[in-house]
Amino acid sequence: MSDPRSSQDQSNRPRTIDLVNAGLARRYRAERRFRLYGLSAISASLLVLALLLGSIVASGYSAFQQTFIRLDIVLDADQLRTNNLRQANYQGLVKQSLSTLFPAAVGRSEKRELYALVSSGAGFQIRDLVFASPELIGKSVPVWVPADDDVDMLVKGHLKVDEKAESHRLTTAQLGWIEQLRDQGRLSKQFNSAFFTNGDSREPETAGIRGAFTGSLFTVVVTLLLSFPVGVAAAVYLEEFAPRNRWTDLIEVNINNLAAVPSIVYGLLGLAVFLNFFGLPRSAPLVGGLVLALMTLPTLIIAGRAALQSVPPSIREAALGVGASKMQTVLHHVLPLALPGILTGAIIGMARALGESAPLLMIGMVAFIVDVPGGFNDPATVLPVQIYLWADSPERAFVERTSAAILVLLAFLIMMNGAAVLLRKKFERRW
Amino acid sequence: MTTSTFFLAILVLSAAAYTLGLKRAMAVAKPAGGLSRLHSRPAHYATLTALWCALPALAVFSLWLALEPVVVKALVVADLPEELSRLSTGRLNLVYNDIKNLVAGNFLGTAADPALAAAAAHYRQLKTISQAALAVLVLTGALAGTVVVHRKIKPTLRARNQVETIFRVILFLCSSIAVFTTVAIVLSVLFEAIRFFQSVSPGEFFFGLKWSPQLAIRADQVGSSGAFGAIPVFLGTVLISAIAMTVAAPTGLLAAIYLSEYAGPRLRAVAKPLMEILAGIPTVVYGFFAALTVAPLIRSGGSLLGLEASSESALAAGLVMGIMIIPFVSSLSDDVLNAVPQSLRDGSYGLGATQSETIRQVLIPAALPGIVGGLLLGVSRAIGETMIVVMAAGLAANLTVNPLQAVTTVTVQIVTLLVGDQEFDSPKTLAAFALGLVLFVATLILNIIALYIVRKYREQYE
Repeated sequence: MSDPRSSQDQSNRPRTIDLVNAGLARRYRAERRFRLYGLSAISASLLVLALLLGSIVASGYSAFQQTFIRLDIVLDADQLRTNNLRQANYQGLVKQSLSTLFPAAVGRSEKRELYALVSSGAGFQIRDLVFASPELIGKSVPVWVPADDDVDMLVKGHLKVDEKAESHRLTTAQLGWIEQLRDQGRLSKQFNSAFFTNGDSREPETAGIRGAFTGSLFTVVVTLLLSFPVGVAAAVYLEEFAPRNRWTDLIEVNINNLAAVPSIVYGLLGLAVFLNFFGLPRSAPLVGGLVLALMTLPTLIIAGRAALQSVPPSIREAALGVGASKMQTVLHHVLPLALPGILTGAIIGMARALGESAPLLMIGMVAFIVDVPGGFNDPATVLPVQIYLWADSPERAFVERTSAAILVLLAFLIMMNGAAVLLRKKFERRW
Repeated sequence: MTTSTFFLAILVLSAAAYTLGLKRAMAVAKPAGGLSRLHSRPAHYATLTALWCALPALAVFSLWLALEPVVVKALVVADLPEELSRLSTGRLNLVYNDIKNLVAGNFLGTAADPALAAAAAHYRQLKTISQAALAVLVLTGALAGTVVVHRKIKPTLRARNQVETIFRVILFLCSSIAVFTTVAIVLSVLFEAIRFFQSVSPGEFFFGLKWSPQLAIRADQVGSSGAFGAIPVFLGTVLISAIAMTVAAPTGLLAAIYLSEYAGPRLRAVAKPLMEILAGIPTVVYGFFAALTVAPLIRSGGSLLGLEASSESALAAGLVMGIMIIPFVSSLSDDVLNAVPQSLRDGSYGLGATQSETIRQVLIPAALPGIVGGLLLGVSRAIGETMIVVMAAGLAANLTVNPLQAVTTVTVQIVTLLVGDQEFDSPKTLAAFALGLVLFVATLILNIIALYIVRKYREQYE
């Protein structure tokens, strides 16, 4: 007050509230910008999710239908009886009926083009038909046989006709025949049941997911049988019994690390230990299940421990108080109460195992296997690996089949995760 | 006796032993004055009997599984004619395989050697004997165990304590599997890697600039030099992981911040499960998406801008891998942000900070160690991710940091080297294990640091 300069200063200096107010607009803009960043991050991730699912559905839904051609097959008794019935030339019958349909095709290469309209698996279909109803021999029967994958692609609109002939695999003559077939009502799209009942094949129109699906089933069963009991036992030991010592610490560190080890390293382990050291069969669901069990075990143990931790100590104290032993307390009271949580973790772990493919490539589950596996030691492949194999195939028709297989896999994963959510909702207790 | 029949038999026998034990416990309790006179519950006596039925049988069976092939082989080889049994070990193994093939009915093409046929007959006979002996031994073990315990059952037998001790041992062994798994991983990768480094020097592997693992089969073959310099592979891995983290780190972090600080309950109820779907999609699906949708987009986008993009660009694989890691980063950051005490937020608001200022200047610095830990775990996932890069990144080991060119990664090389025919004496196959060792050690170090940071951070606020 004695210093006049300071009072002058004070009157000239802006008030704090003015400073704050002056900056407010800028700060609010920054606030809005920041919110916008956050919102755009979320919308970007969701957009990508939509794009991913959308692109797969868009390219995959058409695989659930397949183009069929109706042919009048003359089951000529002479031609069937000459050989024995099992080895008769059924594909020849198919070719014959095509020739009668288009008598104009005479040249050697022209005939080959004509026969290429029908799947090479059509003969087997006729054979099955003859075996199922032998009374048809000698008659002419209309049969819907699957069209070749190029024809299928054309009918579904994945090939454009006005493109130059070299860009796709159909010749002008073939396009004309397809047009005629369509005009005669001999061409139609029907539900593609072969996709669900066949094993793998080099021909897209006869390739199916049943083999891979069965392999997945066997593998996941082995994984579940091994990892669930061991995982629960380990979680119970670590949570309820383990003394605090060096070994327990070591186990905990190891479990946490194993949960983050890349899955392909488990594949190397499977190759070196199960295949080379123990001499277990290659490509077998048994080995695949073993590897995936080791891989899911840490996740299961961590989930199990969390579930056991959520059981309040009062339950244990009450059981101990009425004279139960430690083991009885755990087995009769704590474990049943923690079971829904443990099961939820197990289902999510199994969903992970079902979608895993990298370690299985290492142990030979990537082979081309046509037969549907019948046991735990048969060579098999699994659904994700089948997807990988088909994604590598050059034929255009395999693209839609890959997408369709992905849709089937995703459907199963969503079902499993949905079951986990339901389980959690129904049995979860809030203490 | 196959494994499944064995387990079935053990199950049936143990069930029988359980009922026997239960009956026996009831029987000894009656003259003593009722069940309350027993030391343990009758079920404990029964369980003890069942355990002593199953455990000896299991022990015999696993011992047999381990020893039987060795013993049978020794016996068959000892019985081979002079000129065959004096072959070197490698040749002898081939002959032994032939014998086994003969037994399995796989015809060898040429007419079987009479000596081999005799050996095959011998092998078959030994197998039959072994099967019978195994069945007898397993049954004897099971019965002996049952009988011994059955006779020991009396009111003073401390069955509960014994059963619980056995259970505890089993629980302990189950939890120790984690340690054995780690040891098995280290040993299996290490041994083959050491064999690799015996033929290729570590200096060449870690510092060499040329990666071309195809070995010449003939001396005059072109283009199969067999160079094992892994720098291009490491660089490719780092490049793709870096692209992935540039996508995943900001997006995941911002998404987590928005969801935990700004979003209303309705948006959260929708967005969180959707993000979890993103996390649950199998990696092979991401790989398909990268190869089929993203890579062509980048290629055509690049040509629009006048850039030459390879059809298997690092960018496509990296972008999609980043998308895969977003939910991982976001859920870890979410945990970490929620662990910051509310008092820090309240203090900041009290000083007049806006919400975004609070987040940027208080929340993130406070949560930084945890966020860094989460990001490190994300990096460890990125370098270990396999299917996306196998399907969308190339095989060509280009030494480049241009994201539009094709690069290869450690995991891609492991897969290409190990899928198909393998010879465990060629450096080509063994190189995969050396790469696996590098991968394991790198992720291990990242994981240990990350887990340590996250744990320290949690303790700070708990």
